[in-house]
Amino acid sequence: MLMSRLCPSLRLAVFAAAPVFAQADFTGEWAPLYHEDAPERLPGPELADYTELPINAAARMRADSWDADRISVVEEYQCRPHGSDYSMRGLGNLRVWREFDPATQRTVAFHTHMLAWDSERTIYLDGRPHPPDYAAHTWQGFSTGVWDGNMLTITTTHLKENYIRRNGVPRSDQATVTEHWTRHGDYLTVTTVIDDPVFLTETLVRSDNWYLDPGQHIGIFGCEYAAELPRPEGTVPHHLPGANPYLHEFANWYGLPFEATRGGAETLYPEYRQKLTGYKPPEKCDRYCTCTTLFNCNR
Amino acid sequence: MRMQTETCNRFSWRTHSCVPRRDSSRRLPESSPAPGLDTSVEAAGTSACGAGFSLRRALARLLPIAALLACATWAQPSASADPELHVLPVQGSVSMLVGDGGNITVQAGKDGILLVDTGLAQIAPKAVAALRTISDGPVRYIVNTHVHPDHTGGNEALAKLGRDNPPPTFPRIIAHLAVQERMAAPPPGNEAPVWPNDTYSTPYKDLSFNNEAIVVYHIPAAHTDGDSIVFFRRSDVVSAGDIFTPGRYPFIDLERGGSVQGIINGLNKILEIAVPLKYQEGGTYVIPGHGRLCDEADVVEFRDMVTIVRDRVQDLIKKGMSLEQVKAAKPSFDYDTQYSGSPDAFVEAVYKGLQKQAP
Repeated sequence: MLMSRLCPSLRLAVFAAAPVFAQADFTGEWAPLYHEDAPERLPGPELADYTELPINAAARMRADSWDADRISVVEEYQCRPHGSDYSMRGLGNLRVWREFDPATQRTVAFHTHMLAWDSERTIYLDGRPHPPDYAAHTWQGFSTGVWDGNMLTITTTHLKENYIRRNGVPRSDQATVTEHWTRHGDYLTVTTVIDDPVFLTETLVRSDNWYLDPGQHIGIFGCEYAAELPRPEGTVPHHLPGANPYLHEFANWYGLPFEATRGGAETLYPEYRQKLTGYKPPEKCDRYCTCTTLFNCNR
Repeated sequence: MRMQTETCNRFSWRTHSCVPRRDSSRRLPESSPAPGLDTSVEAAGTSACGAGFSLRRALARLLPIAALLACATWAQPSASADPELHVLPVQGSVSMLVGDGGNITVQAGKDGILLVDTGLAQIAPKAVAALRTISDGPVRYIVNTHVHPDHTGGNEALAKLGRDNPPPTFPRIIAHLAVQERMAAPPPGNEAPVWPNDTYSTPYKDLSFNNEAIVVYHIPAAHTDGDSIVFFRRSDVVSAGDIFTPGRYPFIDLERGGSVQGIINGLNKILEIAVPLKYQEGGTYVIPGHGRLCDEADVVEFRDMVTIVRDRVQDLIKKGMSLEQVKAAKPSFDYDTQYSGSPDAFVEAVYKGLQKQAP
């Protein structure tokens, strides 16, 4: 009745606005599901595990020289958060809320809060450009999103240098991260595509899932750095080339050919199996065999 | 010559810079945006400012190489045919002019303007124009972080902004004594820029200007033998000069007293001064000699790179390797895709510096 009284142009305006409200709403408390890549994400990656990463030789050498002492000995590393790309894989309890333009009631931004390091990010949906390349970079970067039907595609730039796996495999500050957010009822899937011209020879694609958990309460993370060990000023722990004693541990524990643990685009594809002549999988799993949640990841 | 002074549609800050507004009332209370990263949702709109960055980046990568080559002979490095200069408000009373040539730090207030470095001589007209979008006041101080012409070339042109404003006063040009001594004896065929007239030879010099304490620290034998870094205490900004050049291998000017250990000491000094706001982000901002605005975490990455390459070269020297053997071992290989400039030149400077240092 009301619609029939509206003038044609106004009726058109009402229908034109309708798709905005039909787009997905990611608002809510989301609990991470760790069934995918659980050993890497919960106890943390093994040293020198570069599997499934299309890294170049520079990234491999950088990771080989990485020494985990750096995150305890160097105070500036102690409270260093994940980048917004890696935070999806870590302690990823997630809160999402929306911001509206009061004049149009359109969603102009999503905001996210992650448990790890209280990291917060804004995803702008209002069409703004990314900042110039001389602007500062942040751990969360600068994110803008566009709708593709009910899927939200997010582009993030201006990230600080960080890691794509927290065993020292680097991701540069020149990387562009594209995310595709899709909601399936009470499930949220985020597919992350990392394009890093410095350290990757192909895009790195990963996915992570969450379950809607309205009762979730995200606590305060809190972190305070402190001198834990006496060390000379300016100490930067690292392994000299060829001197890292831990590079073969991962391959030996899991019965993998060493070269297959070194990463690289070639190792991502099924055809690579043909090159692994003589490889016999171990008969019995004895490390992180039932790792699906934070509480059953026992060795 | 084209300066990036177009007004960017709904994305402009102040008058002529392609920087988002920073005074949004709709900023989230807990957010701590980095300068240049806007968090206000109303600053939307399209802008020409973001266009053409890939080409610009390519040109920007070439210019520093030309500048470094020029520094080796102290000839005036030439800017690109269409040099660019952008104004980026940092925080407090400090802004940076960033583009071709060395970055220029600007502190402006009721007492006038203090500059840290003056860029290339060829850029000076644009620097003057950009400076006038920040303040109409007179230039009262210039600090030269070191002797190279991509940081001192604009001394003369920018100093005029002190002389030509009432009361007419030629600005004090502060630098370490070694800078003045280098300028007094320029390489043959080179013309020295306007000299410092207020030198210091102590570990630091401090002054108060625009109601802000400013400390100029000498970093011995680093990029050169006359390096200074400048700390703006109230604004919480460090201007680092060429001790810190994110995305570029450091140029260690051995001929003018530079050394890798001095660079590392300078970077550690910056880390000692800098305090992040929360979780290693923001807080103290650091304006590098070249490149984008940074904070402590960015300096850490750079310090780590220089330290690790130094350790590797030192290890190879201990194994008795010659310079050519060390270069062939590629001790900076894992950084070569990330840092511009010549890896061989960097490794050679590290090698020679360590050899000189050896007992």
